[in-house]
This record gives sequence, C-alpha cells and structure tokens, in this order.
Amino acid sequence: MIDSYWLEVVQGLLALLVAPGLVGLVRWVKARLQNRRGAPPWQPYFELRKLFQKEAVISKNASWLFRFAPYIVFGSALMVVLLVPLIAAPLPLGGIGDLLVVVYLLLLGTFFLALAGLDPGTAFGGMGASREMTVAAIAEPTIALAIFTLALSAGSTNLGRIVTQTLVDPSIAGSPGRVLAFVALFIVTLAETGRLPVDNPATHLELTMIHEAMILEYSGRYLALIEWAASLKLLIFLSLLANLFAPWGVATEPTLLALGVGIVTWLFKLALLGVIIAVLETRVAKLRLFRVPELLGLSFVLALLAVTSSFLLK
Amino acid sequence: MQLLFIVMIVSYLAGMGAALTGGRGPIGRGLVAAGAAIGAGAGLVLGAVVILSGTPFALRIPEILPMGGGFDLRLDALGAFFLIVIGVGAVPASIYGAGYTETYEDGRASLRLLGVMFNLFLLLMSLVTLANNVLTFLMMWEGMSLASYFLVMAEAHDENTQQAGNWYAAMAHLGLALLLVAFLLLMTGTGETFADLRAQAQTLDPAVRGVIFMLALLGFGSKTGIVPLHVWLPRAHPAAPSHVSALMSGVMIKLGIYGLLRVGLDLLGGGPMWWGALVLAIGALSAVLGVLYALMEHDLKRLLAYHSVENIGIILLGVGAGFMFQSAGLTRLSALAFIGGLYHTINHASFKGLLFLGAGSVLHATGTRNMEEMGGLIKRMPWTALFFLIGAAAISALPPLNGFVSEWIVFQSLLSGVNLPSPEAAIMMPVAVGMLALTSGLAAACFVKAFGISFLALPRSPEAEHAHEAPRSMQVGMALLAVVCIGLGLAPFVVVPLLGKVLTGLGGLPPTEAAFTLNLSLQLPANFATMSPALIGVGLIAILGLISIGLRLFNANRRQRVSDSWGCGRIGQSPRMEYTATAFAEPLRRVFSEIYRPSKEVTIDFHPESKYFVQSIEYRSEITPWFDRVIYDPLLALIRFLARSVRRLQSGSLHLYLMLVALTLFVLLVVARWF
Repeated sequence: MIDSYWLEVVQGLLALLVAPGLVGLVRWVKARLQNRRGAPPWQPYFELRKLFQKEAVISKNASWLFRFAPYIVFGSALMVVLLVPLIAAPLPLGGIGDLLVVVYLLLLGTFFLALAGLDPGTAFGGMGASREMTVAAIAEPTIALAIFTLALSAGSTNLGRIVTQTLVDPSIAGSPGRVLAFVALFIVTLAETGRLPVDNPATHLELTMIHEAMILEYSGRYLALIEWAASLKLLIFLSLLANLFAPWGVATEPTLLALGVGIVTWLFKLALLGVIIAVLETRVAKLRLFRVPELLGLSFVLALLAVTSSFLLK
Repeated sequence: MQLLFIVMIVSYLAGMGAALTGGRGPIGRGLVAAGAAIGAGAGLVLGAVVILSGTPFALRIPEILPMGGGFDLRLDALGAFFLIVIGVGAVPASIYGAGYTETYEDGRASLRLLGVMFNLFLLLMSLVTLANNVLTFLMMWEGMSLASYFLVMAEAHDENTQQAGNWYAAMAHLGLALLLVAFLLLMTGTGETFADLRAQAQTLDPAVRGVIFMLALLGFGSKTGIVPLHVWLPRAHPAAPSHVSALMSGVMIKLGIYGLLRVGLDLLGGGPMWWGALVLAIGALSAVLGVLYALMEHDLKRLLAYHSVENIGIILLGVGAGFMFQSAGLTRLSALAFIGGLYHTINHASFKGLLFLGAGSVLHATGTRNMEEMGGLIKRMPWTALFFLIGAAAISALPPLNGFVSEWIVFQSLLSGVNLPSPEAAIMMPVAVGMLALTSGLAAACFVKAFGISFLALPRSPEAEHAHEAPRSMQVGMALLAVVCIGLGLAPFVVVPLLGKVLTGLGGLPPTEAAFTLNLSLQLPANFATMSPALIGVGLIAILGLISIGLRLFNANRRQRVSDSWGCGRIGQSPRMEYTATAFAEPLRRVFSEIYRPSKEVTIDFHPESKYFVQSIEYRSEITPWFDRVIYDPLLALIRFLARSVRRLQSGSLHLYLMLVALTLFVLLVVARWF
C-alpha cells in the first residue's frame, strides 16, 4: 500500500498535463500517416490556452445547467483520475471507488453533457445528446462484462487489486478471457471517447456528428473545460486498457525509482495505444450511425465469450 | 412502541374524520394531510424502534375477526423495514398532497372521498406489514387494493381513468385469487398465525412448496408489476392524482416484494435453486422491458410508471440472486444480495416518489402530461426542476446518489455468482450483469430525455410558457424526498448494517455485521470490493471548488455574453426547431426495433396536377407492447367469447334462475360430501 497522499496529487497533475498531449499525438501521427504535415503534438495546449482567454458566448435560451455542466464533466473525469492506477497501485484513495464507480462517474459526466446539449434548444444539440446517450447505453453491457472478466481472475473489482493480482500471477494476463475482454473494451473505448469508426472527432458534418454536435453551443472557458475533460476521458480509457490488462511497470512501492519507472512505462503504453488508434483511424471509414449498434453488439458478444471462457477455465 | 402504534392508528383515523367533515379549503386539506403525515411518521419511528431494539411489537385483539384467529398484529424487523419504506414515501407525499389537492376544489373529484381513502390506504398498507395471521393479512391486503382503487378512480369522469380502474381491479383480484390458493396450501395444520405456518411449511412436500412459491410469486408479482403482469401499472399510475401515484409506485408495489420475502424466505425458508433462478430471470426481463417501453413513452407519468417496472426488476435481480445463494448454502453472499434488493426498495421509494411528485407539479402547472408540450420549465419552476433533476440522477444510478449505491451492491452480488456450485446457475449471472448494465444505461438515456425535453430549452406550448412554480407545501414534499435520496446515497455504511439486521434469522441467514466494515467506505466480504459514496461526494465538491480556483489562478477570461443560439445562419429560433422526445428516442427505437415492432403509416397527399407537389404528409407510428398483443388481446377475446356464451343462460326467466341456484347448491353439496 502506498499511502502518501501526495502521490494522488502527482497523479492528478500528471494526467491533466499529459491528456491534451495524448490527443495531439494521435492527431499528429494520423496526419503523418495521411501524408500531411499536421499540427505538432503540443498544439492542443495552445488551443486550450486560447480558449481560456476568450470570452464565453452563452445562448439566451440556456439555463444554469448549461453553465454548470462543464464543471461536472471535468470534475467527474478528474475524480476518476484519482481512482485509476496510472503510475502506482494500489492508490491511497483507491478504496473509495472500484471499477464500477469509475464507469458510473464517467456516465455522470455524459449525463450532464447530454442535458447541456438539449439546453440551448437547437436541433444539433438535441441530435448529439440523443446519439451520445444511445451509444453510451448500448456500450454499457460490454463494459460491465469486461469488468466481470477482470473481477473473475483478480477476485476483486478494486482497481489496485486487479493490477497487483496480475503482477503477482502474470499467467492470468494471457488467458483467453482477458484477451477477449481487452478487444471488447478497446471497441468500447473507441465508442466512448468518440473516435472513428463510431464518431469522427475531426469533422462538424451534421449527418455524422455525435460528441461535437452536443457541445456545439459551447465557447470560451466552458469549451476549454469540455475539451480538456474529453482528452482526460481518452487518457483514462487508454490507461485502463494499459494498466489493467498489462500492468507491468506500475509502481507497487513508494520509492522514487519505482515511480519513475511507473511514469515512463505508463507514458510509453499510452503513446503505443495512441499510435494504434491513429493507425486505425486512417484505415477505417466512419460507420453509418445505425451500423454502430452492430459494432457494439460485436463487442458485447466478445465480452460474453470472455466471461464464459473465464468461467470454464476457473 | 404501544404509544407509537396508537398515535399511528389514531392519526390516520383523525385524518379520515377530517376528510369526512369536508376536507375542503386550506385548513380542511391541511388537516387531512396532517393526519396522514403524522400517522406515517409515527409508523416510520415505530419501524425504526423495532429494528434498532431488535424486539418485535405484538398486539392481538381476538374480538375482531373471531373466526380467523383474531386480529393479530406483530411487527418484526422485516415488516418494520417496509413500514419505514411506507413512512419515507408517505410523509412527503401527504405534505405535498395538501397543496396538490387544491386543484380538486373545483369539484373534478370529491375531496371527501379522496381524503378518506388516502388515509385509509395508508392505514391498511401499514397494517399489511404488521399482519401476523393469514386472515388479517389477506383482509388488509384486499383493503389496500380497494382503497387504492378508489384513489385511482378519483377523476372518475374521465374515460381513460375508468379503463385504468378496470385493469387495476382485474389484476389486483387475479393476484388475490392466486394468493388465496397459496395460503390455503400453506395452511395444513390447525394454526393460522405466521409462526404456525412457518412450522408447518417444513413438513410440506417439496412439490407443494414449489407450487406455493410459484403462486406467491405470481400473486405478489401482479401487485409489484413484474413482466408480463405489469399491464395495469402504466395505465393506473398516471390516472391517479400525482401524490397517490407517488405512493402507489413508490410504496404500494413494494409490498409485493414484502409478501414474496415473507412467504418465500420467512415462511417457506427458501427453496431449491430454480426458485431464485426464476426470480432472477423475471427480474432481468422486467428491468430491460420496463426501461425499453419507458423510452418510447412521451406521457411523463406513464414513463415513470414503466420505470417502476424496471426498478422492480432490479430489486428482483437482487432478491433472486439472494434465493440462489441461499439454496447453495452461501449465506453471506445471500445476505449481500438480499441487502441489495432491500436497499433498492427503499431507494426506489424515495426517488420514484420524488419524480412522481415532480411530474405532478409539472401537471399542476401546465395541465398536460405530454412531454412534447413542455419545455423551458427550468426557468419557470426552478425548484421543481432542481428536485426532478436530483431524482433523475438518482434513478439513473449516478454516483454519489442512492440509486447508484444499491445497484452497485446488486452488481457486486451478481459478480459473486461465480461461487455458485452448479455451472448452469452460475452462467446466469453474467447474463444478468449484462442486462442490469443495459438497463442502467438505457435509464440514463431515458432520464436525459425526460428531464431535457420537459425542463430545458424553449417552451413548446403556451401552457408551458405560462407555467408557474408549485406552491410551498408541494416544494417541501419534494425537498424532503430529495434530501432522503442524497442521504441514502452518502451513507450506505449506516444503512447496510441495518438491512443486515432486518434479514438476520430469516431463512437461516446469519448476522452480517461482522462481514461489513463500518467506516466511511463500504467493504464487502472477502475484500471483494470497496466503495465510499460519501468520499466520492466530498471529492467531487472539492474538485469543483478547485476548478473555480484554478480558473482564477490561471487568469481565465471570466466574461460571458448572452446571445442567440447558432442557427446555421438562420435568424430567430422557434420551439419547432427543437429536438422532440420522439426524435430523441428514435435511434434506440431503431436499434431495438425487433422488440418494439413499431407500425408505421405514411399518407401523402399529392397535388392533383403533378406528383411533384405535395399538399400534405401525414406520418403516424405506434408501438403496441408485445405482451398486450400476445397475451392480453387473445385473453380479452376469450373472456368476451365466454361472456357471450354465458349470456344464453340469461333468458330473463325467474324459474330458470331458481333452478340454476338449486342445481348449484346441489353440486356444491355433493362436492362437499366427497372431499
């Protein structure tokens, strides 16, 4: 147990710092793969700075909820960062929330963001909110079953426990159940973080937008908070994929060396997953909205297979 | 305890008395409400005293109902828990009712009847939890159904209400008939108190026990609204006055859960694996179908009624898992699962009560239940909107509110299903987990729709534009429930040990106190998982504070300008451009079209000169729930056919009727002689 609380502070600050860079990296790699020069990976930092300095324009139809939602979205994402073992496990605050708490805290953010999409009363906002909630709802069972698979092999839904258990007994990391659950959760990650082929973060085309349609009315510091929260969400999902399924490098003792190794391996794993997403995004086209449930259905079947195989092998 | 009991009874009777003298005007309505609220409050305290002290309260009056063993009351911990649930729902609903019933001063409904029945309904519900012998229980149960029937029929001039009343009466009595048979089968010896039944049940044949359990499940299920016996819920709950809907949906249907636990767990002491598996399957089905049909509803109160079906499903997932673990001898896990079910029971009473009261305020202000005619209410009714939002977040299982805590416990108990010895039972658990997750995701989507379309954006009708905030008494009622939702969410470390006490000893469940750590976080047995909603709540508030400080620290631009929404270059925005509830639910309707099977009809009127000019387009789409189509339509047709056949006997000849009476008597005598 690592119980110095400064670790949580370090982890929170680190996540806030790295998250925009991760989005920038994905964009940059994608541009390079498409034979474009592309903006440098640190471009999102400039964008955030610019947004924070702009005045916010609020729709006259909007209520207090519209102004409150970005804080909840950002706050819930930051809360999750404190629970997920990014560089060390188990965390001092790890006991206040397990994997289910993480999932539902993220749903809290989505819930308020969708409400904020409906608030200004535009067609786009409603469209985005409706689609976002649809995708979130049908992604939910896959997440639950992936959690089930992890819990089966680790004997716990606590994140710290899953990580340490896998480190103690590396053979469970390669079990077929884990592998299937990883693939299922990866598909859900694409859906939840608004990447191709579910949603395209790079366009504002009305037929296809999901996330972007929902936040169309936001500007200034509110938009900055939402963008930052979105990048945090990507970081959270990739960290979960990296550290729950392949926890090697995560620090289990509070020495500076172990933490240093933890940070470096974590950054490496994030970058690797980011590149995989970038490659994927250059290779696949966006699915029609009503084909998305089929993709998520596939991920559900994979997750169900994952659970079943874990049952059989137990 | 004696005193509390007397206060409860006297207060309800006083409320009825106040209603009989008229119950009109602010004072009359206030007295009726006060009687109900004080009675329910006394019941709540009585329940709490029984659970905390661990000594049951008993009272027997042999003079009333002399042939059935007397009027026999005994409040043990299980009954006390449900008495508390009644109190949690009824105190706020009664206070709310004082203001809400003002709309009936115009004579649309009889305030006298409403006041009497409201108090009587609460009294009889409370006595159901106290009943200690078969006759007392069944009398109170039937009385409760009848009293609530009159409440549903409050606005009896409305044709929909009459239909709703018919459905309700039919389903309630179907349930009663099944329960009568179940209790007859249980009563094999001489005594009819629950203690006697418990002793006799041990000697029953397993097949008979199975039949009794099935009958109890269906009989109580028709009251709780399990699929497919739920058809009266979406009809009757919207028809009743809103504070009554809150009670029926939040509290009364929970007494079906009470009955199921009383008979299945307490009297029968649990049974084979298939009992729990059946309950689990019914729970999963009810949860998913409930929320799916809720999504397609645009009548705010019908939507909430379908969500009651969903939440009963979630409760039954916990209860079913509990029965399964119990039959496998895993008593700790069994206690955990039952605790999840009971926790969700009281949570649902609070947030569904709150939501129905909120819907009632909207109905009160706009005169419509149709969400497509609402909108923009958050500015006109800020308090109602805030309370409804809290209820919506709680029912969507968002942390740190109460819905999340109980769903978390149910989730955890299902995840522990791998410990079940028989693989075919264990494999049900991941499927149940998937269903529960789908349910909670869809519920979140549904409440984004319910809150977003009703309260946000621009008003869609003149009524919504001129809506006004609810009167103070209604706000107080909603505020109380909102506080309960938050409190139950933040303090599971207080609630869970109490629920453990409720269950201790039932069906051989052990005391659970040792299994749960009693600090701020909730730790499950065998270190399986921990969580602390209180710390999550504190953390979220701290982080919100930090964000504001951070924004100042980094010198973010704090100016904001209010302007038009972006309309793709078009100037001026009208409510007709907004997303509607139908449009919001459209993607899910397409995804689940296999289940909904919507009928679609498009009529296009062309210009007589050319097909390129369209004069009008009419689009109509309808969803008939499959159980209506598959089960109830044929059933109703059969009943009509039978009724027509019987009509032949009805010739109008008195002689024929007398002969039939004599014949019936003869047949009955012969039957009685033989058996």
